[in-house]
Amino acid sequence: MAEAEESRAGGAAKPLFAGLSDVSISEDIPVEGEITVPVGSHSPDEDYSTLDEPVKDTIMRDLKAVGKKFVHVMYPKKSSALLRDWDLWGPLVLCVSLALMLQGGSADSKEDGGPQFAEVFVIIWFGAVVITLNSKLLGGTISFFQSLCVLGYCVLPLTVAMLVCRLVLLASSGTVSFIVRLVVVMAMFGWSTLASTAFLADSQPPNRKALVVYPIFLFYFIISWMILTFTPQ
Amino acid sequence: CTAIHSAFPQLLAAEEFDDAANLLAGNPDATTISIDEPSENPKNQYGLLQDSRREEDDELLGTDDSDKTELLAGQKKSAPFWTFEYYQTFFDVDTYQVLDRIKGSVFPIPGKNFVRLYIRSNPDLYGPFWICATLVFAIAISGNLSNFFIHLGKPAYRYVPEFRKVSIAATAIYAYAWLVPLALWGFLMWRNSKVMNIVSYSFLEIVCVYGYSLFIYIPTAILWIIPQKAVRWILVMVALCLSGSVLVMTFWPAVRDDNRRIALATMVTVVLLHALLAIGCLAYFFDAPDLNVLIPTAAAQNGTIVATKTQ
Repeated sequence: MAEAEESRAGGAAKPLFAGLSDVSISEDIPVEGEITVPVGSHSPDEDYSTLDEPVKDTIMRDLKAVGKKFVHVMYPKKSSALLRDWDLWGPLVLCVSLALMLQGGSADSKEDGGPQFAEVFVIIWFGAVVITLNSKLLGGTISFFQSLCVLGYCVLPLTVAMLVCRLVLLASSGTVSFIVRLVVVMAMFGWSTLASTAFLADSQPPNRKALVVYPIFLFYFIISWMILTFTPQ
Repeated sequence: CTAIHSAFPQLLAAEEFDDAANLLAGNPDATTISIDEPSENPKNQYGLLQDSRREEDDELLGTDDSDKTELLAGQKKSAPFWTFEYYQTFFDVDTYQVLDRIKGSVFPIPGKNFVRLYIRSNPDLYGPFWICATLVFAIAISGNLSNFFIHLGKPAYRYVPEFRKVSIAATAIYAYAWLVPLALWGFLMWRNSKVMNIVSYSFLEIVCVYGYSLFIYIPTAILWIIPQKAVRWILVMVALCLSGSVLVMTFWPAVRDDNRRIALATMVTVVLLHALLAIGCLAYFFDAPDLNVLIPTAAAQNGTIVATKTQ
């Protein structure tokens, strides 16, 4: 009876999902689960709002992250801090300080002097972008900004070398100081290249590792050359 | 076509060009050339002529399945040009392949064609780009070092890093590595429309050949630090012979069928431009090693003679 009425009503204008009203869940099958949506989040990072904290805390948190990455560069172990939590503050600070320290030599800008600030800046950032693109085009699995972050942070040993070179040049500028500078720059160049290779080489296909490492070698070699040939006025 | 694209990795790995040819011959959508009897197929896209020249071309081209490689050449780049994958196809080389190509550009094997032997329808942009970058910095740094050593003893000399020259070197070398292949490719296409050539190269293959042929200049630039004019010119000649012969052997089959004078003029222009690059770099970045060492002592002797005379 009910089915006859149902079919007559259905024949006139059958709405969508009309048959679903007939569906009933048998009592034999237990239905379980929560249907309430949890309101508060459970992850610890979102438990506090960073808007109310003092400015010093905000700055110190970022500074500590940058400092932790500096330590990871100087002692390159297999850690994912550089890769996973990438940031570009460290590279920016290093690049600006290196470019500033490379100024002040051969102030007669009309002749062929050392690199200008903009030239150092462009070389470091454009070089890092080109190397990242190269590794991605060769089939690497690292993300763009992670690779920029690693390459930028691994300029740290060379910045230390630049500092040492400037201090040595304050003392003397003869052959002995040149040899000291050469040894320091070469050691830091090797350290930079090894550190960045340790972080970046794993994400490359195995038979193309040398193709990816060579541009990194060239990049740090050029920066080392700029540091070594710095002559104060 | 998707079946072919998916079948490609296995095909290229196994180097079974026969299967590829059969597959492509069976697919009506694909660009095909018949490999059994060229006369049967009127749509001869690559202009294979059925005369005795084909055998000697196969020898010159260095492989027996030259027509099959041309078959595969048309199928490779399938992604649209605004996607990243399209550009990844130009970097599809392994370390040993790049090293082999560099070796092939430095040691030319007489009778073998660089493009057919090494590039084999897989032109890459890694080699040209990074060889040019290395060459730019090699020339700039070597020039700086050589000038430093030449002017070392002079009292009035103060060392300058000469960083401006890096951008000049970069402009010159990248212009040579991209504009000359463009001009050569345009010229070959134009001649192809008039004379049916057996061998025609794509633009990227020409860029690849030119890029790898610049590799010999990197050790040459480093050896140019030696401040002897004779040594430098001998180095120029040796480098020019090696890479020039690679270029000539690559492009001679492409112009051989043409008018004799035009073919010879093309070859001479290619070698001349290559030489001009080397000589221009040598002249601009490396100061002439003059005999300054003798002049101060001669001046000192003259000074003492004059002093004794006036006494």
